[in-house]
Order: sequence, then C-alpha cells, then structure tokens
Amino acid sequence: MSGPALSTRRLAKSFGSLIVARDIELSLPVGARYALIGPNGAGKTTLINLMTGMLSPNAGQIFLGDDDITGLEPQARVRRGLARTFQINTLFPGLNALEAVTLAVAERRGISGQFWKNVAEHREAIEEAYEILAKLRLGDSCYQVTRELPYGRQRLLEIALALATRPKVLLLDEPAAGVPQEESGDIFEAVASLSGDLTLLFIEHDMHVVFRFATHIIVLVGGGIFKEGTPAEIANDPGVREVYLGTRKHG
Amino acid sequence: MALMEGVASPQAYLQSRSRWRPVEIAFWLATLLPYLLFPNYLSLASQIAITALFALSLDLILGYAGIVSLGHAAFFGIGAYTAGLLSKYGWGEPFSGLVAAAVMASLVGYATSFIIARFRHLALIMLTMGFGLLLAELANSAGWLTGGVDGLQGVSMWPLFGYLHFDLFGRAAYGYSLAVLFIVFLFARRLINSPFGLALRGIRENAVRMPAIGAASRTHIRTIYTIAAAIAGVAGALLAQTTETASLETLGFQRSADVLVMLVLGGAGRLYGGLIGAAIFMVARDQFSGIAPQYWYFWIGVLLVVVVVLLPNGVLGGLAKLTARWGPR
Repeated sequence: MSGPALSTRRLAKSFGSLIVARDIELSLPVGARYALIGPNGAGKTTLINLMTGMLSPNAGQIFLGDDDITGLEPQARVRRGLARTFQINTLFPGLNALEAVTLAVAERRGISGQFWKNVAEHREAIEEAYEILAKLRLGDSCYQVTRELPYGRQRLLEIALALATRPKVLLLDEPAAGVPQEESGDIFEAVASLSGDLTLLFIEHDMHVVFRFATHIIVLVGGGIFKEGTPAEIANDPGVREVYLGTRKHG
Repeated sequence: MALMEGVASPQAYLQSRSRWRPVEIAFWLATLLPYLLFPNYLSLASQIAITALFALSLDLILGYAGIVSLGHAAFFGIGAYTAGLLSKYGWGEPFSGLVAAAVMASLVGYATSFIIARFRHLALIMLTMGFGLLLAELANSAGWLTGGVDGLQGVSMWPLFGYLHFDLFGRAAYGYSLAVLFIVFLFARRLINSPFGLALRGIRENAVRMPAIGAASRTHIRTIYTIAAAIAGVAGALLAQTTETASLETLGFQRSADVLVMLVLGGAGRLYGGLIGAAIFMVARDQFSGIAPQYWYFWIGVLLVVVVVLLPNGVLGGLAKLTARWGPR
C-alpha cells in the first residue's frame, strides 16, 4: 500500500485565546474507517472544517495523498477527492433528491456551465445520480422535494450528495445526528456498504456504533489528539475511560 | 433498480419538467390580444413587453441565483444609450442595434461580476446600487454624449426589415418588442432547464453547500450576471429604439427599484413572474396615474404590501398554490 489517503502535519487553529486544534497529526490509510470521538467542544467538527478548507489553519499542513492541499479552496479539495457531510442538514430544500444529486454529478463531470442543453439530455449523469440514490435506498423518493423528505432520508441525502463527488476520502460529521436510535443503524449500514477503496472518517457519539463500524478510533480532547488506536485499545485505555467514557455518556 | 410502478424513469421525469404546459401556450397566445382588443393601447403594450424583458433579466439573477440587485437599471441604460447613440451617429438598423446593446451591457456586466460574485445579501444590494448610482451620474455629467437631463436627441430608426416603420400607434413597436421578448424568453427557458440552470438553483437554495459538492459557484454567478446584463441591455435598446430617445431615467435608481417591485409582485424564480409583474405594474401605473397623477405610487405601495403579506411568492406563487390544492396534480 502506498502512503496515507489523508494526513495532517502539526495542524493548529485558535480563535483568540481559545485553542480549537493543537498540533494535530493524523494519517488515514487508504480504505480505513476511522471514528473521531471526544466530548462536546473537543474540536471534532473544527477538524473537519480545517481539513475541508471551510476554516483556514493558523499553522500546519494537510495532505490528500501526497499533495499539499492546505492552500486550496474548499471546492478544489472536493474536486481532488475530499468530500464531507454536515452535522446539521445542509441540503437544497427546494430541489428534489434527483435534482440535487444530478447537480453534484454535473459539477464533477464539468458540465454544470452548459446553459444551452437540457439537463435531461445528460443521460449518463442522471443515471449515475439515480444509482447513487438507489444504493442508499432513496430511489423511491427521489422526486420528492428535499424539504418534504422525512428527516432520516434527508440524512441519507447528505451522504448521497457527498458520494456524487466520487470522493477518495469522505468525512462524515455525525451522519446519524438527530435520527432515532433504531434508525441510526440503517444509516451506518449504508455507510458500511460503501466501496472498500473509500477512506472514511466519521464523528459519532454513540459508542455502540463506533465500536461496531470503526477500524480505528481517534479520541480528541481540548483540540488535541488524546489517544489513537483500535477499538479494543481505546476501550481498554484507562485514560480514555477517565476523560471520555467514564464521565457523562453522550448521544 | 426497479422504480415504483407507474413512475417515470429519472431521465423521462427530468424531461417532463421542461415540457411546455398548455397554460404557457395560452399565455403567449394571449400576448397577441392587444392587437384585437386594445388597438389604442399598443404603445403601452410595447412598454409592458420591454419592461417584462427587463424583469426577466432580473429574475435570472435574483429568482434563480439569489443575487439581489438594486442597480439593474445600469445595464438597461447602457443598452438604451448604446442603441440610441448608434442610431444618432448614423446606424439606425434595429436588430444590429440590439446586438450592440447586448455586447456593451454584457461587457460592463462581466467586468463588475468579479466584484459581485464575492458578496452576498446586504453588501450585494449596496454594491449593485452603488454601481447604478455611479453610472447614472457619469451619464449625467457626460452631457456632450448623452444629452444630459434633456435626454438623447436625434435618434432615428430605420424601418424593420427595411420596410416596417415604427409608427405613432405602436403597431410595429409592439410586434417588435414582443418578438424579441419571446425569443429571449425561449433562451432563458432553455437556460433554466440546463445543467447550468440547476446549478443556479443550487446557489439560491444553499450557497454554503455548493463548494462542498465541488461547485464553482463564483464562475456560475459571473456567467449569469453577464447574461442578465446582456438581456437588460437588449430591453433598454428596445425602449430607445421604439421611443426614439434615451433619457437618464433609463439608468435611474427608480427603474432599478421598480423592476424589483414587479418581480416581487409577479413572483421571483418562475420565469413568468417578471412578465406578469411587469404587466400588473404597468397597467396599474397607467390606470392609477389617470386617477391621481401625483400619488399613484401610493397604490403601488398598497399593492406591494398586500401581495407580500398575502402572497409571499407573488401572484404566480399564489396561483401555483391554488392549482396544487384544487387542480389535478
């Protein structure tokens, strides 16, 4: 196997005196499934925002494969294969699921600047969009306008939009946030069924889900990496128990 | 990948969304009615068609891409003066005048789009208004070129196709304005059903998500701003050609504000909203100014408040809601 799919080097960010990321060094091998856990305010979403370019770091570098992407704009990072989903639905309320995913596919295929051709003429793009939706079991509600979709399906659409960019690395910010526990399994089943080449990092509070789906766990505390290891290592680490598992239960 | 029984394939579904509906055909047939029913109002009808075209251009940026502009008349005025000056200095052929106006307006639109694409919301309103005011004062001070407050004199158009003269009753003017409106409308309709049109709706629906799906939002905004500027320029040129003058009022803040009001009245983001809004606004102005010439904006104010309160998506939005409730789906 070649180098990591995504890595960071001494990544740091602070808002005034509040340090939200301190010297973060991580390295995700190709095809890995990492869970990012930590108490509220540990800087988990901030880390995703830094890696995707929605925030710019004060110091440090981010690499996608071998390429330094630290200075790239968010959309340029997406085009190189780094996609994300959002903890709070960030969808296109007035578009239906098919239109939204077709839009994302069209952007990736570089046809979104075409204003002289009907979108329906781009058969391959539409079929690709539909396949993504069908894979996430959204096929039968793909003509429904997003704002009227049930909440759980909106969470799946979050993932569908990210998949339409054909990512190499996918960062999922609490994919099952707000979904009742009995349904959150469905969402993670969908995540687990994604291609094995795809490198995944997901934020999740539910430890059952984390231990079930992650091959590796990173514990973030106070903006820094507190511990990193396999699920078994993390579960048996006294320090982690103390700062995270042992205190209040989240999720 | 089995779909539910009786549901169209994804491609057929998207195709069907851009199909011509009977009500659209009825609408365009109805635009010919003034020739039969109101032969004395063809000049007004021509003004409505021109204003509708202007409102359509605003709808492309506001209704589809979510760019609020309070300075859109700048492009209308550039088009008007381009066509007017071209005629004044010896070239009065109408169609090439429209093309020249479109080119001039789109050049200015493209140049300013680099700034426009970087801002949103209130900053954008102020920026567009600033550009508009700036251009209006430039035109005012360049009296040697624009005729200043007296307006551009000496515009004289050649007949359409070499034989159809613009007459006092607006017969040729309405046909000409309506034909241009229809052709540009066909273009706009194609545009909004294209992948680019979908991307514009994406920007309107959620500008934050667009970069996260790898979208080049700023490039899209620059493109549509340039296109809308060109269309506004064509509308301005039509006015200058059919009235054989161009005045500072074509560039003025009032015109920018009026067209925004029309779009809100008709319903933004529906392509027909601007057309309906322009018709309502212009007819209301014609009627109300007959009653009380000084105070007719009072009634426009009333109309605006009533529509915004009762029909937040404009007249067309209200109609769509009604048909969704009672009509067949």
